[in-house]
Amino acid sequence: MIQLQGVNREFPVGDETVHALRGIDLDIEAGEYLSIMGPSGSGKSTLLNMLGLLDRPDSGSYHLEGVDTTSLNEENQARVRRDRVGFVFQSFHLVPRLTAAANVELPLVLAGIEPAQRKARVHETLEALGLENRSDHRPDQLSGGQRQRVAIARATIMRPAILLADEPTGNLDKRSGEEVIQTLETLNRQGILLIIVTHDPEIGGRAKRMLHMVDGAIVDDRANTEKAGADET
Amino acid sequence: MKLEDALVYSSRALTGARGRTWLMLLAMAIGVGSVVLLTALGEGARRFINDEFSSLGTHLLIVIPGKVETTGTTPPLIGGTPRDLTLGDALALSRSSTIRLHAPIIVGSAPASFQQLERDVTIMGSTADLLPVRNLELSSGRFLPPGDPTRGSPVAVIGKKLKKELFGNKRALGEWIRIHDRRFRVIGILKPIGESLGMDMGELAIIPVASAQNLFNSESLFRILIQASSREAIPRTKKAILSILRERHDGEEDVTVITQDALLSTFDGIFKSLTYTVAGIAAISLGVAGILIMNVMLVAVSQRTAEIGLLKALGSRQRDIMQLFLVEAGLLSIAGAALGVIISFSGIWLLDQAFRDFPLTIPLWALGAAIGVSLLTGLLFGVLPARRAAKLDPVTALAGR
Ligand SMILES: Nc1ncnc2c1ncn2[C@@H]1O[C@H](COP(=O)(O)OP(=O)(O)O)[C@@H](O)[C@H]1O
Ligand SMILES: [Mg+2]
Repeated sequence: MIQLQGVNREFPVGDETVHALRGIDLDIEAGEYLSIMGPSGSGKSTLLNMLGLLDRPDSGSYHLEGVDTTSLNEENQARVRRDRVGFVFQSFHLVPRLTAAANVELPLVLAGIEPAQRKARVHETLEALGLENRSDHRPDQLSGGQRQRVAIARATIMRPAILLADEPTGNLDKRSGEEVIQTLETLNRQGILLIIVTHDPEIGGRAKRMLHMVDGAIVDDRANTEKAGADET
Repeated sequence: MKLEDALVYSSRALTGARGRTWLMLLAMAIGVGSVVLLTALGEGARRFINDEFSSLGTHLLIVIPGKVETTGTTPPLIGGTPRDLTLGDALALSRSSTIRLHAPIIVGSAPASFQQLERDVTIMGSTADLLPVRNLELSSGRFLPPGDPTRGSPVAVIGKKLKKELFGNKRALGEWIRIHDRRFRVIGILKPIGESLGMDMGELAIIPVASAQNLFNSESLFRILIQASSREAIPRTKKAILSILRERHDGEEDVTVITQDALLSTFDGIFKSLTYTVAGIAAISLGVAGILIMNVMLVAVSQRTAEIGLLKALGSRQRDIMQLFLVEAGLLSIAGAALGVIISFSGIWLLDQAFRDFPLTIPLWALGAAIGVSLLTGLLFGVLPARRAAKLDPVTALAGR
């Protein structure tokens, strides 16, 4: 599903260049559950943005579902983001003036889907995440956990193949963080490829495959033997 | 993204930021409002003059003694002072078939009195034809009787105001008034038409032209008013007048013929260019509004950087983002223009209350142009902010940097 080969990303900072990613090689199959851990500044977010086509590699190649993404133009990259990728951010990024329902509806609106169809899908998605009675609330009327679940609803309403979460629990207390992770894991069990970037070893340790990054490179990539079979039984 | 969805999204963004939205609306409204209002004023002035001339009479030509040099190309007159216009000249004009009516006019000032009341009034000597030529109407009585213009008769038609001043509420018809040292019988009272070209018709006393010649002891006419048989006949009439009078004045062209149309079109031209000028000046405020919109939109883009990043993460293309911001600028312009139109209409209404005589109407072209230009301004000045938004790097934008 995802193939990275020798991906590099550098940022000029003042006179120097920061190597955010160095020679990343990575293969990910559809429906996997990955966590990416590592110290701050190790390139986790940069890698996630790269996977979600928000950023381009300076060198190396990225094939998504067999397509060389670096050869796609701006419009087609946007279309891949719209149809195949969902993002969940640490700071939620809900549009403050829109209700929960309108925030969730946004990707459908941007995709030009008919209003009648949109309402049904928004309702269905909110219901699946237990938010149906919050649909008319604006973000500032929701708790942190609820906001993040609205964000997850928005990220998944287009039924993407990949769900990318960058520190999704970073702004949440432990209990709502736990809820959010469970929500994400449920979606993964339904078949979505889930990648979570996190500081928290407890959360990272729940994934079936764990990557460890240091200084822009993947230093460890292993299957989580403790969890690997857990769900199947 | 569908246009109607973009409209909804953008209008929510606008209502979400009340302060800046009002600021931009106001700027646009002032621009549009001043264009429309000033054009209406200019157009009103043009119509005012137009009406004023039209009320003079239809197909009107005015013969004035003396040559008025308007071009400066004709050589100076030989023979000194021009000949006077006489009643004979006026009567000779009836030879021309294109002249339907003609009214010789003598004007002078004399004291008029009734019993103990005396007033200095303007006396106009003319003939029965003055009534149709000059579009006058009577409120009571009759006008000067037709007949031989060279024979005077002691009758007078007086203006409404003069009637009030000399007679008050008493009956004036049939009474004798004294003008200078002669007595005239009041046979008619003019309907008030207010001031017309600086001459207050209400304070006028009209007497037969021969009586006026006697009264002022002068043969010379002040001017001759002529009604041509049709609008098309006006140029031919002018030629005919000049040739008849040249013949009578020993081959010298020593009169000036003014046509109402020529006067009208001169003033019309002046007021049209005046209108365009003020409209142009007002349009500058539209430009200022455009620049303000640009700046405030740029601020909006930087305030909503994270939102733009999000839209990109959700799959918006650059042109979708462009569209959103242009729709926003367009909405602002239209709403601002609408507000401006409301402002200008209420302004016109107020002015109309204050100056009832002045015809104030908003020309349709000005309304259309103001709205069109404001939309264009909004979109034009919206392009730069919209492009900036569209070109934002999604990762940096999401980080709010
Ligand atoms: N847009 C950018 N400009 C300059 N430096 C950047 C930019 N984005 C990331 N970096 C740098 O790249 C490195 C990796 O950043 P990041 O991927 O955000 O790390 P992490 O998410 O693991 O904390 C850091 O040193 C960071 O300062
Ligand atoms: Mg990070």
